[in-house]
Amino acid sequence: MNNPDGSIAIQFSNVTYRTADGRPLLAHLNLQVLTGETLVLLGRSGSGKTTTLKLINNLLACQEGQVIVEGKSTNDWDPIRLRRHIGYAIQEVGLFPHMNVEKNVALVPQLEGWAAEKIHGRVEELLALVGLPPAEFRRRYPHQLSGGQRQRVGLARALAADPPILLMDEPFGALDPVTRADIQREFKALQQRMHKTVVFVTHDVREAMFLGNRIAVLEKGALQGVYSPTEFLQSKDPVVAEYANVLRSEMEFMQEVRKASR
Amino acid sequence: MNLVQFFAAHWSEIMRSAFEHIRMVMIAMLLAAGTGIPLGIFATRWRSLRAPVLGISNMIQTIPSLALFGFLLPVPWLAERSSRLAIVALALYSLLPIVRNTYAGIMGVDPAVREVGRGMGMTGAQLLWRVEMPLAMSTILAGIRVATVIAVGVATIAAAIGAGGLGEFVFRGVAMVDNQFILAGAIPAAVLALTADFTLGLLQKRLQRHN
Repeated sequence: MNNPDGSIAIQFSNVTYRTADGRPLLAHLNLQVLTGETLVLLGRSGSGKTTTLKLINNLLACQEGQVIVEGKSTNDWDPIRLRRHIGYAIQEVGLFPHMNVEKNVALVPQLEGWAAEKIHGRVEELLALVGLPPAEFRRRYPHQLSGGQRQRVGLARALAADPPILLMDEPFGALDPVTRADIQREFKALQQRMHKTVVFVTHDVREAMFLGNRIAVLEKGALQGVYSPTEFLQSKDPVVAEYANVLRSEMEFMQEVRKASR
Repeated sequence: MNLVQFFAAHWSEIMRSAFEHIRMVMIAMLLAAGTGIPLGIFATRWRSLRAPVLGISNMIQTIPSLALFGFLLPVPWLAERSSRLAIVALALYSLLPIVRNTYAGIMGVDPAVREVGRGMGMTGAQLLWRVEMPLAMSTILAGIRVATVIAVGVATIAAAIGAGGLGEFVFRGVAMVDNQFILAGAIPAAVLALTADFTLGLLQKRLQRHN
């Protein structure tokens, strides 16, 4: 991790978010994301992890408490500036179906008014970075790509304007396990070079362990705790222990299979 | 005199009426699209506009076409020229499919796609013009297509108020109980409707390719 001074990129202080009908989705959340780390939000569906993510780029606004991004409350940020400062990648539907790969990736730089040549160069660079030869893929439309290729484009697009912060909402959720493992490995390698501040939402405990510097466990709208991968495995917290047990029983099963095959 | 001879004998008259017809329909469609598309967009932006906008365009369409021409007759500026009146009546008549499809097309855009656009920092206008409108375009065009085909048919009735067009042959034929006159108006009108339908259909298909 590239964060000698331990500076804080994103801070939630006592954040509560309710739906329009008053149902709380997130209650009294206190959480810090350090600059340059990958923080994974782990939880079941309905635990409030996507809500947490959307509070960061002001797609949702909390009723109580505040979310501070780079020292400034999201209420004080111009929402458009804030969002262009933060890369956003989501599952499957994320690409614009009527734009080809190049236009999808070029979108934010274009909104930001970059020169055409600079955009072109950036698109080539990014597609190469995510393992898609530009000459072959630039002109393709999302429906002409495989699931894995779409996620790579989604990642390239989120990185386009080189934002210091990256929000990823189950970006690899809809992929087959082999492709998924490939992309996870590549993303991890990429992140070790980029040192972006990444907030990554997943319900997959293996993905959380593999990618996260720290893992924040959410359960029914409340933060259960934040753990390093090692702490995570040793935690006595019943919710966390349940996740750890899933990993453990998978490992035991694998060992049995291996023993039986000898 | 058979039908072919009849068409040959009246060719220049038929062509003149057909051009009047096309001119009326085209101007009316431009007017209808020019007001109907913005109205449809407004209805998606301000929910309170939805019911009145869709309701009124719906109501206009329930008025029998001949009656609509009649209702507009006392309106001062319109009544000065019958073709002007006919164009406005046709445009009003075409409003519903265009407004409704614009509204439905934009509302039909996947909410997740819209949210990604917002999440990437698009302003409301950028979202509308770069994402929602392109994705809604084939639905909007389908509305224009329906409206055009209807307008080609309804425009024949404009002859009843003296606005010209292919309806003149039809009305003359009815008055004289002469089928050849009726067909001299009806056949070109049908050809026009089919051509418009086919051309707009092609355009719609092109737009749909990547959605």
